[in-house]
Amino acid sequence: MIRVENLVKSFGGFRAVDNASIEIATGSITGLVGPNGAGKSTLFNVIAGVHAPTSGRVTMDGEDITGLTPHQLFHKGLLRTFQIAHEFPTLSVRENLMMVPEGQAGETLWNTWFARGRIRAEEEALRRKADEVLDFLTISHLAEEKAGNLSGGQKKLLELGRTMMVEAKIVFLDEVGAGVNRTLLNTIGDAIVRLNRERGYTFCVIEHDMDFIGRLCDPVIVMAEGRVLAEGPADHIMENEAVIEAYLGTGLKNKVLAEERAEAAAGEDLGAQPGLGDRAGKGGDA
Amino acid sequence: MELLNALVALTNYVIIPATSYGAQLALGALGVTLIYAVLRFSNFAHGDTMAFGTGVVILVTWGLQALGVSLGPLPVALLALPVGIAATALLLLGTDRVVYRYYRGIRAAPVVLVMVSVGVMFIMNALTRFLIGVDQIDFADGERFIISARTWNQMTGMREPLTLRTTQAITVVTAALVVVALFWFLNRTRTGKSMRAFSDNEDLALLSGIDPDRVVRVTWIITAALATVAGTLYGLDKSFKAFTYFQIVLPIFASAIVGGIGNPVGAIAGGFIISFSEVGLTYAWKKVAGYLIPGWQPDGLLQLLSTDYKFAVSFVILLLVLIFRPTGIFRGKVV
Repeated sequence: MIRVENLVKSFGGFRAVDNASIEIATGSITGLVGPNGAGKSTLFNVIAGVHAPTSGRVTMDGEDITGLTPHQLFHKGLLRTFQIAHEFPTLSVRENLMMVPEGQAGETLWNTWFARGRIRAEEEALRRKADEVLDFLTISHLAEEKAGNLSGGQKKLLELGRTMMVEAKIVFLDEVGAGVNRTLLNTIGDAIVRLNRERGYTFCVIEHDMDFIGRLCDPVIVMAEGRVLAEGPADHIMENEAVIEAYLGTGLKNKVLAEERAEAAAGEDLGAQPGLGDRAGKGGDA
Repeated sequence: MELLNALVALTNYVIIPATSYGAQLALGALGVTLIYAVLRFSNFAHGDTMAFGTGVVILVTWGLQALGVSLGPLPVALLALPVGIAATALLLLGTDRVVYRYYRGIRAAPVVLVMVSVGVMFIMNALTRFLIGVDQIDFADGERFIISARTWNQMTGMREPLTLRTTQAITVVTAALVVVALFWFLNRTRTGKSMRAFSDNEDLALLSGIDPDRVVRVTWIITAALATVAGTLYGLDKSFKAFTYFQIVLPIFASAIVGGIGNPVGAIAGGFIISFSEVGLTYAWKKVAGYLIPGWQPDGLLQLLSTDYKFAVSFVILLLVLIFRPTGIFRGKVV
């Protein structure tokens, strides 16, 4: 379980995350929603160790993990994907996956030259694992493709695949749906559910697509202006007056938003808080 | 027959020297390009790294010669290479520890690192001069020629001489071996892939099983090997002089940038482009022209540029590339 207690993150005078406390229960798929600039990505970045919090605490299964680096958190099983998918563009999809596990024998110059057998055995096992992952994600045909040539949605799948190469305890997905077509989004959604059910992954998902959130997530946490506004099952959240007001603006229905997401997002950008919290993260809102 | 003579003259004065010089530049440019790709800055100290490595190789060569060691027709310096590489690797790792690591820690801008490398360059420059002095040193021993002008004449009976020096052949063969090993390493081994991954996306590399410190260390060690080999081959082929290595940074950077900095294939192509341009433009074409166009003896030397200006060639190519195609031929990465 991830527990965030009274977390504050300020950039200059701006409180991107303002005294937020949330819990992500083990085995859940927790949704994190809110308008642009609500502080979701900043909260993610603080939990994932990209930013140090101004104050507050983050614990994982009771252990204090506040301020650890992304590298250290990775080794503890706390993984994250990026809003704009990250990949190693000049390596093949399979190589991207094989890159993930740490402590491989082939990492040292000495072994490279003098422990060829050990490395070969290890790489063979890794290759099999990578192929299983690709099979699971239904992108086996892309194994040899350079990751830089993948579409946005395929890169998101690859990101998900990366988390499957190690023993992940909890995975933070930052806008898995951004720039992904419906069909592929369903594939990603299915993969998330299967990982959750079959392999016991805990997920925390930032997503603007309320249909996606409603289908996948329980509970859903709503943030606005750096604070936690509401928390509960998806259908309850979507009927909550304060949430509708903050998230959709007055007079808009959530169905409309789901369909015209891009336009609505552009509108909110003008109306709501400046999107500093998101922009301070990796690459800004898509 | 005249055509053949023209071809022999061309081979003797342009193709052979430019090929071996190109191989030297390519190795140098590979070192520059690796540092640029992985550590993301232009390492101006690379020429002096080459000088330091070569200096150590020369000292060890002298020691071996004093002990009476000989490699027959091959220069003893080849035997001294591993020691030179090891010493240079230690120097670079030490420099990284003392200097560059700090700037990486504060995530300094690439331009700051470039300036830092200029500082390192001056220190290494001084270090090399302390170590081995400023004089010109000839340290090639063994057989001087594979084909001397006389054997060529006896073999073919041709008037036009052709010589192939041992050092030129060694340069090309060694460079080819080094390049094959490097590409194997970068494309086939886990460590090499880690380096490429780190170069592709540092943030993601930190979130993978890649140890960033190890990638940096390996990069410096490989750079040390490339620099020492490049410097030693250059010194064997021409001669060693600390100041020459300081100057050679220009053609090396020109090679790396022409090919596309950060791209190893580009570094190799760039090395040969620069060397052939330099040699071609400073060669007096009178003789070749005389063979090719019967009955014409040009008054001038048909030399486009005096050899004193050979560095101007790199400089002009560098300028043209930076103006018209800054990413280079093979689309390197520009930060």
